[in-house]
Amino acid sequence: MDTVEGARIGRPAAPPARDNYLTHSAGFGSWAFTLDHKRIGVMYLVATLSSFLLGGLAALAVRTELLTPGRTIMDADTYNKMFTLHGAVMVFLFIIPGIPAALGNFVLPLMLGAKDVAFPRLNLMSFWLWILGACFAVGAVIAGGVDTGWTFYTPYSTTTNTNVIATIFGVFILGFSSIFTGLNFIVTIHKLRPVGMTWFKMPLLLWALYSTALIQVLATPVLGITLLLLIAERALGVGIFDPALGGDPVLYQHFFWFYSHPAVYIMILPAMGVISEVISIHARKHIFGYRFIGLSSVAIAAFGFLVWGHHMFVSGQSGMANVIFSALTFSVAIPSAIKVFNWLATLYKGNIQLNTAMCYGLMFLITFTIGGLTGLHLGSLATDVHLTDTYFVVAHFHYVMFGGAVVAFLAGLHHWWPKMTGRMFDERLGRVGAALVFVGFNTTFFTQFMLGSHGMPRRYYDYLPKFQIYHVISSIGSYVMAAGFFLTAYYLLHSLFRGRPAPMNPWGGNSLEWHTPSPPPHDNFAETPLAEDPYDYTHLVYDSATGGYLSKSYHEAEA
Amino acid sequence: MLIDGIRSLTASIGGIDSGGFWLPRQGSTVAPRVDGLFMAITWISIFFFVLITVALMYFVWKYRARPGHEAEPSETHNRTLEVTWTVIPLLIVIWIFWEGFTGALDMSTPPQNAYEVQVLGQKWKWLFTYPNGVVDENLHVPPGTPVRLVETSQDVIHSLFVPEFRIKRDAVPGRYETQWFQADVPGEYQIFCAEYCGTQHSTMLAKVIVHRSAPEFERWLADAANFIDKLPPEKLWEGGEKLYAQRGCKQCHSLDGTAGIGPSFKGIWGHQQSLRDGSSVLVDENYVRESILNPQAKVVAGFEPVMPTFQGRLKDKEITALIEYLKHLQ
Amino acid sequence: MSQHTTTAAPPHEHPPHLRHHFETLTQQFDAGKLGIWLFLATEILLFGGLFCAYAIYRANHPEIFLYAHQFLDKTLGATNTVILLCSSLTMAWAVRASQLGQRKLLVALLAATLAGGGGFMCIKYVEYKAKFAHGLLPGTHFHPHEEGEEHAATAAAPPVAKPAPPVSGPALEVSRIPAAAAGPAGTVPNREPGESEGLGKRPSNAQIFFGIYFLMTGLHGIHVLVGMFAIGWILIRSARGDFGPGYFTPVDFVGLYWHLVDLIWIFLFPLLYLVK
Repeated sequence: MDTVEGARIGRPAAPPARDNYLTHSAGFGSWAFTLDHKRIGVMYLVATLSSFLLGGLAALAVRTELLTPGRTIMDADTYNKMFTLHGAVMVFLFIIPGIPAALGNFVLPLMLGAKDVAFPRLNLMSFWLWILGACFAVGAVIAGGVDTGWTFYTPYSTTTNTNVIATIFGVFILGFSSIFTGLNFIVTIHKLRPVGMTWFKMPLLLWALYSTALIQVLATPVLGITLLLLIAERALGVGIFDPALGGDPVLYQHFFWFYSHPAVYIMILPAMGVISEVISIHARKHIFGYRFIGLSSVAIAAFGFLVWGHHMFVSGQSGMANVIFSALTFSVAIPSAIKVFNWLATLYKGNIQLNTAMCYGLMFLITFTIGGLTGLHLGSLATDVHLTDTYFVVAHFHYVMFGGAVVAFLAGLHHWWPKMTGRMFDERLGRVGAALVFVGFNTTFFTQFMLGSHGMPRRYYDYLPKFQIYHVISSIGSYVMAAGFFLTAYYLLHSLFRGRPAPMNPWGGNSLEWHTPSPPPHDNFAETPLAEDPYDYTHLVYDSATGGYLSKSYHEAEA
Repeated sequence: MLIDGIRSLTASIGGIDSGGFWLPRQGSTVAPRVDGLFMAITWISIFFFVLITVALMYFVWKYRARPGHEAEPSETHNRTLEVTWTVIPLLIVIWIFWEGFTGALDMSTPPQNAYEVQVLGQKWKWLFTYPNGVVDENLHVPPGTPVRLVETSQDVIHSLFVPEFRIKRDAVPGRYETQWFQADVPGEYQIFCAEYCGTQHSTMLAKVIVHRSAPEFERWLADAANFIDKLPPEKLWEGGEKLYAQRGCKQCHSLDGTAGIGPSFKGIWGHQQSLRDGSSVLVDENYVRESILNPQAKVVAGFEPVMPTFQGRLKDKEITALIEYLKHLQ
Repeated sequence: MSQHTTTAAPPHEHPPHLRHHFETLTQQFDAGKLGIWLFLATEILLFGGLFCAYAIYRANHPEIFLYAHQFLDKTLGATNTVILLCSSLTMAWAVRASQLGQRKLLVALLAATLAGGGGFMCIKYVEYKAKFAHGLLPGTHFHPHEEGEEHAATAAAPPVAKPAPPVSGPALEVSRIPAAAAGPAGTVPNREPGESEGLGKRPSNAQIFFGIYFLMTGLHGIHVLVGMFAIGWILIRSARGDFGPGYFTPVDFVGLYWHLVDLIWIFLFPLLYLVK
C-alpha cells in the first residue's frame, strides 16, 4: 500500500462534516476559559510555536553577527542580550513546555480513552500561568533585555544592571505552569486509565509523559527557590551568593543545575515517547523491547537527578565530587543508547512508510545519536576540562535538544496533525522541509564541534580570525534550516484551509486516539473504548476510499 | 566591514593552526594524553554512529513500503541481543570513565617543585603576579618547568582557558582555585576567558609566553621587576599610572572625583585634606609616602581606616612613580 | 452524553459535585487526594532548597549560627510552635466535623484554626519589628544597633556617637563591615568591633544567619497567609452548608496543606531558635 497522500494544492477541500471540539462553541471566551484539554493543547501549540519563532529569530541574529569577527550587525551588549533571549525563550517558553503541553495535553486523555485530564481547571490555569510568565519575560526584553545568559550565573547576574528580576520572575511563574501540568498528568495516568489498560498496556508515550511529569513535579520547585534566592539577592542584598558578605557564588550553580539537569530530561523523555509511537506505527511493526523502553524512562528520570555536577567540572568543586558525577553521568547514557537500538530493531522486517512524521522520526535516530555520543567526550573528566565552556558543548546540547527534542516535536506534530486539525498536509512539501531542516541543522552544528575542540569559547561576540570559516559555514546552515522551517509553517498553515479532510486513522495506529474521528468530538469518545495492545496493527487494513486504515472485520463487512 | 569580513575569511581558509583536524597543537605535557582519550572516544563514536546509520539506511531501503510488501511479524524481545547491546556499551563507558578519571587525577596534582604564579581575573583583563612581586598582563613561564596557577577573581566568575595546553579552571571571587601545566616548547599560546562575564568577555585575552630557556625567563622577570628603573624621569608618571591600575589602587580610589572606598585622586595634589581626627594635612610627597606605607596614621575625614599597607609590596622607586602620577593628575 | 458499555457502573444521575470527566465520586476524590499530596511534595522540595542552604552554611560556619541565633526570642518561637500545633489539631478536628456533617462545630473549629494562624502572624510581626529596629537584617543591611540610634549605613557616613546604655537586648557596636577592598573580594578579614556583652565575639559575616532566617521564615509566613485565605474561604463555604458526609473534599485538602505548613515550622523552630 502507498503512503497516505496529503492535500494537493488547489483542490478545494470539504470541511470536516461533524460537530467536533473545534466547532463545538465559538467566540474568544469559549477558548480563553475552556476546560477542554484539546483546546488547551491547541492554545499551547500556538503559544509555544510563537516562542519558537521568537527564539529562532534571535538565533538567526546571533548567527548573522558571528559571520565576521568583531561587529557585524550589532554591538557586544546587544549580542549578549540576544543570546540570552535565544536561550531563555527556547528553554523556558518552548522546549520545556513543548511536547507535554502542546501535544501531550491533546493526546494523553485520548490515549487513555478518557474525557479529559484529572483537573481541567488546573490545566487551564497552567496555560494562563504560561502566558503570564511569558509576558514578564518578553516584557523584560522590551524594557531593554537581559545579558546574563540563560543560566543567570552569580555574581554576574546579581550585579549587572539589566532587567534580571523581571525575567527570572517570569521564569518562576513558568515553573508553576510546568509543575501543575506534571501534577495533572501523574494523577490522570494513575486514576483515569480505562478498564483493561494496566501499566504495561499503556502506549509508551504515556510512560514517557509520566516520567517527565515526575521530574516536573520534583525538580521545578528547586528552580523556584533558586530564582527566589536570586531575586532576594538582587532586591534585598541578602548576600547568599556574594563572597563579600560570606556567601558562595558556586552554591548558585549547584542549586541551578539541580533543576536544570533534570530539566533536559523533561525535554528529551517526551521526545523519546513520541519517537516510540511514530517509528512503530509508520513501520507497521510492534515496538521492540516495550518493557525496557517504559521502565528505562522512569530510570532515566530518577538517575537524571544525580548528575547535575557534570556542568561544573571546572567550577572548583572537589575532585571527589567530579569523579562521582562523572561516573553517574555515564550510567545515565546507557538506557538512552539501548532505546536507540530498540527503535532500530523495531524497523526490522517492518513496512516502512516514509511519511513526513517518519522522516523526522528517522532523523531523530541520527541526530540524537550524535548528540548522545558527544556526551561521552563531555562526561569524561580529562576531555571535559578542555571542552567545557566551548562551542563543543553548544554543539552537543543543540544536537540533543534540537536534534532530539525539536525533531521529535516535529515528528509528533506531523503525526498528530490530522487528528488535531482534521486535515492532511502536503507530504511532498513535508519531506522537502525535513530535508532542508536535516541538511541545515547538521551544517550549522557539526562545524561547531570543531570550533569547540579547537578552543573557541562560548558566548563570544568577537573571535580570532582563524575561526571564521567555521562560523560562516555554521551560519549558512542556519539559514538553510530557517528555510526548512518557514516551508513547514507554510504547508501546515495551508492545510488548515485547503487540506484534504483527514480520516479517523490515517497512519494505522492502534492506540485509542485513532479510534475516534479526526478532529475528535468535544467529549472525545461516543463510547468509552476498550483498551487493546496499542502496537498491534495486524488487524488494520488500508482503505483507499477514505485514505486511512480500518479494522479488518469492518473492512471485510463493507466489501 | 563586509570587505574586512571577506578578507579575514579568505585568510582563515588556509587552516586553523598547526594542529590537527579536531584539536590545536599540543603545547603542554598533558595534551597528548587528553588528545589520545579524545580521539579514542571519537573513533568509538564514529564506529557506533556508522553502525547505527548503516543499519538504519539498510532497513529503510530493504523494508520500504511498496505494493505487495507487508510487515512480517518478528519477536519483540530477544534476551541475547538485549543483553549484548547493554553489556558491551557498559564496558566501553566504564573504560572511558576510567581513562577520564585517571587523566584528570594527573591534571589536578601539580608536582612539588612547581613555579607558582597568582592569577587575578577582573572585568576584563587578566593580571599575573609573579613570586618577586612583578605584575604583568601576560603569563611568562620558563620552558620545561611545572607552573602552578593560583586563581581568583575580583568581581564575577571568569575562567582561565589555554586550549593548546588543554587546561581550564574557573576564577571565582572569594576563593582560590589552582591548576597547573608544564610547557616544554617555547612559543606563544592563547589564553581565553571561558566563563561569560559581560560586555568584553570575548576580548579578555592574554598570552602564555614560554621563554626559550630558563635564564631568558629570569632575565625577563628581573627586567619586569625593574621596569620603573628603565623609565626616564619625565616618563616616570606613566610607570605610576601602570602601578595604579595593577596594584589595586584603582579599586578604591577613582580618578574622576567620585568617592569610593577611598577618596578620589582627582585634584588632591598640593591641597589641604581634612582628617578624621579633625586636623588637616597638606597632600605632598611625605603624606603620600606615609599613607602608602602606614595608611592608618592619617585617615581622611568621611572614610574608614581600611586601607591595607603596601610596606614590602611597593619599592621606593615605585612609590616615587606613583607620586609623579598624582602630580600629573592635576 | 456518554454511555458506559464497558464498565459495570450503571447509568446515573449526576451527583452535584461529580465532574463530568470522572465516573464516580470515589474516583474523583482519589484523584484529588493524589493531586494534593503531589502538590505538598513540591512544597517540600521548595523549602528543601532553603534547608539545604542552611545545612551548607551551618556546616561550614557553625560559629555564625551559634552566635547569631541568640538574637532570636526562644519564648516567642516556642509560643508560635504551640499555636500552630493547636491549630493543626483544630484543623484535623474540623475535617472530622465536616465528614460527620456537624456544621456549627465545623465553623467554630475553622475559625479557631484561622485565629491560630492570625496569632502566629502577629507574633511573627513582633519578632520582625524587633529585628528591623535592631538592624539585624540580611546582607548589606546588617548593622546591629540599639533602637532610636542613628546608624552608619555606609563607610562615607560621619563617625557615630557612642551607643546609649542598652534598654533591652545586647549592647552592640556599630558594624563596620568593609566592602571588598584590597585583594580578592571577601578574603580580607573584618576589623573586629568590641566584644558584645555575654554573647561572645561576633564572627565575620554574621549577617548570613539573618539572610537565612528571613528567607525561611518569610517564605513560611507567606505560606501561612495563603493558608489563612484558604481556610477563610472554606469557612465561608462551611457557614453556607456546602460540606457534609457526601462532600468534604476542600476541607480535607486545605487541612492537609495546613498540616504541612505546621510541619515545616516544626523543623524551622529548632533549626533557627534552638541551635545550641
